[in-house]
Amino acid sequence: MSIPAAIRIQSVSKHYGALKALHEVSLDVMPGEFFGLLGPNGAGKTTLISAMAGLVRPTSGSIAIMGHDVGSDYRNARRQLGVVPQELVFDPFFSVRELLRIQSGYFGFARNDDWIDEILGHLDLLPKADANMRALSGGMKRRVLVAQALVHRPPVIVLDEPTAGVDVELRHGLWQFIRKLNRDGHTIVLTTHYLEEAQALCGRIAMLKNGQVVALDSTEALLRRFATHSLRVRLGLPEVGLALGGVAEEGGWLAFGFETYADVEVLLKRLREAGAGIEEMTLGEPDLEQVFIEVMHHA
Amino acid sequence: MLEERATPRASGWVGFRTLLYKEVLRFWKVSFQTVGAPVLNALLFLLIFSHVLDRHVTVYGDIAYTTFLVPGLVMMSLLQNAFANSSSSLIQSKITGNIIFVLLPPISYREFYAAYVLASVVRGLFVGLGVLLVSLPFIELPMVYPWWVLAFAVLGGAILGSMGVIAGIWAEKFDQLSAFQNFLIMPLTMLSGVFYSIHSLPPLWQDVSHVNPFFFMIDGFRYGFFGQSDVSPWLSLGVVSVCFVLLAVLTLAMLARGYKLRG
Repeated sequence: MSIPAAIRIQSVSKHYGALKALHEVSLDVMPGEFFGLLGPNGAGKTTLISAMAGLVRPTSGSIAIMGHDVGSDYRNARRQLGVVPQELVFDPFFSVRELLRIQSGYFGFARNDDWIDEILGHLDLLPKADANMRALSGGMKRRVLVAQALVHRPPVIVLDEPTAGVDVELRHGLWQFIRKLNRDGHTIVLTTHYLEEAQALCGRIAMLKNGQVVALDSTEALLRRFATHSLRVRLGLPEVGLALGGVAEEGGWLAFGFETYADVEVLLKRLREAGAGIEEMTLGEPDLEQVFIEVMHHA
Repeated sequence: MLEERATPRASGWVGFRTLLYKEVLRFWKVSFQTVGAPVLNALLFLLIFSHVLDRHVTVYGDIAYTTFLVPGLVMMSLLQNAFANSSSSLIQSKITGNIIFVLLPPISYREFYAAYVLASVVRGLFVGLGVLLVSLPFIELPMVYPWWVLAFAVLGGAILGSMGVIAGIWAEKFDQLSAFQNFLIMPLTMLSGVFYSIHSLPPLWQDVSHVNPFFFMIDGFRYGFFGQSDVSPWLSLGVVSVCFVLLAVLTLAMLARGYKLRG
């Protein structure tokens, strides 16, 4: 028997007049996955997340969260989903604890203080539990947004650029917590512009461009398919390196792509024989940024 | 895993109750502004009008003008604040973006409507009661039919609460909401007989008053106090009830479609 998808998106389109914010998007996110949704600004990532959350109604197609249709079975679908919005939004009338109690209540939990305290503890928010939202720093507000998304213990958590404008320390703390949630079995969907983050965290990635999925595969497979290792050198005679196929980069570096490490020996031999004079050298791993640029360029 | 813990069972009613509680708490936290200020405004109206007119005007035969005025002021304050509650809450939430926290949970559009309108009624009743209490030292006010008073107070608050929901959803900036308030709500209230009996108007203006639903809200409300009114309280109750049903249907249709809330 096949396992039902945590998120099933089938032929979803969202058109605003002539603008196709989403066009025939289909993808499944399986339970327990850490899934990345990448794309340039305006690609449709936030629209897709909004459609999952019922904030936007698709022009056509369907979305189900843990088997519950977000339109016809919206109560169950919404109970399965926690969304951390991109914007730093908050209600200025309430303290952190009041806000979390209210959010719990919205999801049907009248008494949820034990769990609220646990989340506050995980996110280092306990000392600020009774502070008004207006008194919190941007980073603290961001943590409250994460806490709000978790009050109803959703099995699927969507994070829309959660680390935008967040300092390094908080970013690391946040990822540690999200990783823990994923290890504990939660399905995580992440959008981010920090591609190194997506590469380190996501097992599978979908790339969107102009409202369409232009790549969908495991992170490993995408790296294998679209990115190469590179040998970067600074030469005494750069023109020799250029003649041998090197690509000029900033700071006088030249880059040579290669498939396997055995190719490095061959490259170095050719440079030595040509008398290029290697002054400095580094090896570059394939990265998601290369994949992203490649995919967006050809899509 | 989170859901493996002793998870309390989610209940559908809790969502509605929480939204109602949040909306009431929201205005209560700033009660100087949302309750105290309108009560003071009404008191100023009362002092000024009673000083100018009390010795010169009587209504329904022998009722002193100030006594006649108080139920009108109570209802006017109730209506304006019921409107202000839902409309300001919604537009603030839309503009700051925190409306998302109400749209993400499994709250139905009917629960959404009921919570915002009931909170408006609660604020309206608080303000109305406040105006009534501060007026009592100045007058002796009878209350012949308390149930009529309550019925018109609740229905009037619900009508203006619904109009507040419509305005809050429709408006995209405070300027538009202000236009709705100043060019529709305020004139309809002021020209509804708060400050006068329509029998003191020329026939043409009496006819015009009869197409203003606010007139029926205030006239019916006043009937509860004096046992006398410009038109039958049953007619007023009928008009006010029909208005409420029409507005409720319109608001629910907007919410069901997700108009300006769910793209």
